[in-house]
Amino acid sequence: MLTDNKLLKIEEHLTVLKDKPGALLPIMHAIQDDLGYIPEESYEPISKALSLSVAEIHGFVTFYHHFRTKPSGKHILQICRAESCQSMGSENIESYCKEKLGIDYHQTTEDNSITLEPVYCLGNCACSPAVMIDDEVIGRVTEDKIDELIQEAKKNDNL
Amino acid sequence: MTTYKIYIPRDSSALSLGADKVFKAIKVEAANRKIELEIIRNGSRGLFWLETMVEVETDQGRVAYGPINPSDIPSMFDREFFLGKEHSLSLGITSEIEWLKNQERLTYARVGITDPVSLNDYEAHDGFKGLRKALKLTNQEIVDEVTDSGLRGRGGAAFPTGIKWQTVLNAPSEKKYIVCNADEGDSGTFSDRMIMENDPFVLIEGMIIAGLAVGADQGYIYLRSEYPHAQAILNEAIDIAEKNGFLGKNILNSKFSFKLEVTRAAGAYICGEETSLLESLEGKRGLVRYKPPLPAIEGLYGKPTVVNNVISLATIPIILDKGSKFYADFGMGRSKGTLPIQLAGNLKQTGLIEKAFGITLRELLYDFGGGSATGKNIKAVQVGGPLGAFLPEHQFDTPLDYEKFSEINAVVGHGGIVAFDDSIDMSKLARYSFEFCAIESCGKCTPCRIGSTRGMEVIDKIKDGIDQEKNVEVLKDLGETMVHGSLCAMGGMTPFPVISALNFFPKDFGLEKSET
Ligand SMILES: Cc1cc2nc3c(=O)[nH]c(=O)nc-3n(C[C@H](O)[C@H](O)[C@H](O)COP(=O)(O)O)c2cc1C
Ligand code: SF4
Ligand code: FES
Repeated sequence: MLTDNKLLKIEEHLTVLKDKPGALLPIMHAIQDDLGYIPEESYEPISKALSLSVAEIHGFVTFYHHFRTKPSGKHILQICRAESCQSMGSENIESYCKEKLGIDYHQTTEDNSITLEPVYCLGNCACSPAVMIDDEVIGRVTEDKIDELIQEAKKNDNL
Repeated sequence: MTTYKIYIPRDSSALSLGADKVFKAIKVEAANRKIELEIIRNGSRGLFWLETMVEVETDQGRVAYGPINPSDIPSMFDREFFLGKEHSLSLGITSEIEWLKNQERLTYARVGITDPVSLNDYEAHDGFKGLRKALKLTNQEIVDEVTDSGLRGRGGAAFPTGIKWQTVLNAPSEKKYIVCNADEGDSGTFSDRMIMENDPFVLIEGMIIAGLAVGADQGYIYLRSEYPHAQAILNEAIDIAEKNGFLGKNILNSKFSFKLEVTRAAGAYICGEETSLLESLEGKRGLVRYKPPLPAIEGLYGKPTVVNNVISLATIPIILDKGSKFYADFGMGRSKGTLPIQLAGNLKQTGLIEKAFGITLRELLYDFGGGSATGKNIKAVQVGGPLGAFLPEHQFDTPLDYEKFSEINAVVGHGGIVAFDDSIDMSKLARYSFEFCAIESCGKCTPCRIGSTRGMEVIDKIKDGIDQEKNVEVLKDLGETMVHGSLCAMGGMTPFPVISALNFFPKDFGLEKSET
């Protein structure tokens, strides 16, 4: 069950955004930016506010790769799998990350620190291979660089 | 005390290589040595193998140093780089660097030179001149100017921008929209991002002119969710433009009003397709619409809508400022003007090159790109994103020109060029093309939704040596079915990279005979 506080936040986003044209997209971003994911419990209030069926909302959320219906780890590590990064060895970076973190894509490390996601181009193709951790893009990534990023992320978790 | 003017880029590719760390290190070192610096966070010049590239203003013009790492900072201060003096990482006068000197920067005239969010800088470098001229013209005169320039959509389909605008202008409606397609989903491309991060006002100006031309008072920038830096900079620039009378009511004291907003996308490649994008903007799933009606007639919320790529819109101000003839004099054949080319992948020198149409791939790969990063032979390039064909070495003399590319079943698209060296397995890339299509298909057409998964299986069989001859036929048939049975280019063009890989590199599929 969602806490009352989270439900309250959802209601607040709805109040601010529900009358915007095309409101569903910015509403979902607001909820995910705030809570880290889109709880299924939000479908009911959204459906009321926008006069949409719960099925429509579910269809919307699952259509877009960016939206998640489960909480993520504290950090999201996205690895670019697209062609330019492939040409510079992103396959090795992918397998290195999976092995090092002991998880596959769409999974979260046991300590709840890092969620691993694939991404298809970060617009950083002149500096391939590229990854993104939270909002930060990193170019010309090596295994050492990955070690550093993961260490840095975990260090901040314990603060 | 003298103040020295230093430039350190804030473009996200430069940041991805540590530009912020360089910025901090320079600040700390300057403070320790009691040297007064004025540091400007400019855009990137687009020479990414030299980032972080630091520039200093001197009497001879700006001089550059790069690639700079924080550990280089003490020696740079020892050598008094802030006076423009020599250092082992000196690159000389920036504008004299070959890579830049050999370009024709029109759309990118200011990129890397100015502070992206300084309105003063923008206006001092010819900003808003196009808009000021447009405000003195009739709607039809503006559209004529765009039509005569020969500008074709830079988002991929290369449709003449003037004709699109004319259709929207002619459509009778109280409400019309300008939608900027900033979804930039094609891998190997980053020119939209560079405009938005490094010269956001030029996009804003282009959108205002578009609104003025067709009679629209509302604009949206549909921005891919992977671009948080661009989002922040665009919002900052829109805010500044509003406060200074360039957006909102009665722009520059005219009767014209225009509002602009950024909408963040949510990570679906198909939402770069214009009708899917409109569905998404309306708050729905991004299912591709049947055409007709064209978005120009029934677009956003059923109203006439201009949907244009970032680069198309950002090229409008210079066309209005310098005139259609000036622009049309660049280029070749029916490919007029310049194209921002993005060199990516396995190359020594990657980055942004704005060049008149007509330059060959070979010139780009070797003269600009300096050959592969690994020093091996370049085996193939993919031009125009994930739906573009792979071109083998014997096609490298093809000039960048929409028609010349289409003669060889290839596309110029959004101008991204990704190079691969000879360690690449082309069958893996072909398989990936299908995988990408399977992941990103909107699901409306069976050949695209199911065919893409089928395609991966067939490639696996060919590689495993199972009924090769038969399965090659199956693969080609599947390609045909997708080309002809798909509503949009996602399913309709995925066969291009696949079949080009198969035709030109049969050995990589475990096939003996070469058809090249
Ligand atoms: C699958 C698919 C993806 C597309 N992605 C983009 C994109 O990311 N950016 C873009 O500008 N155009 C993209 N397009 C092209 C648009 O549909 C449309 O042609 C373009 O936005 C029109 O603007 P322009 O005439 O200025 O190029 C895509 C098309 C397809 C079929
Ligand atoms: S070709 Fe694919 S992406 Fe395009 S409309 Fe059909 S199913 Fe959707
Ligand atoms: S292909 Fe990886 S950042 Fe563009």
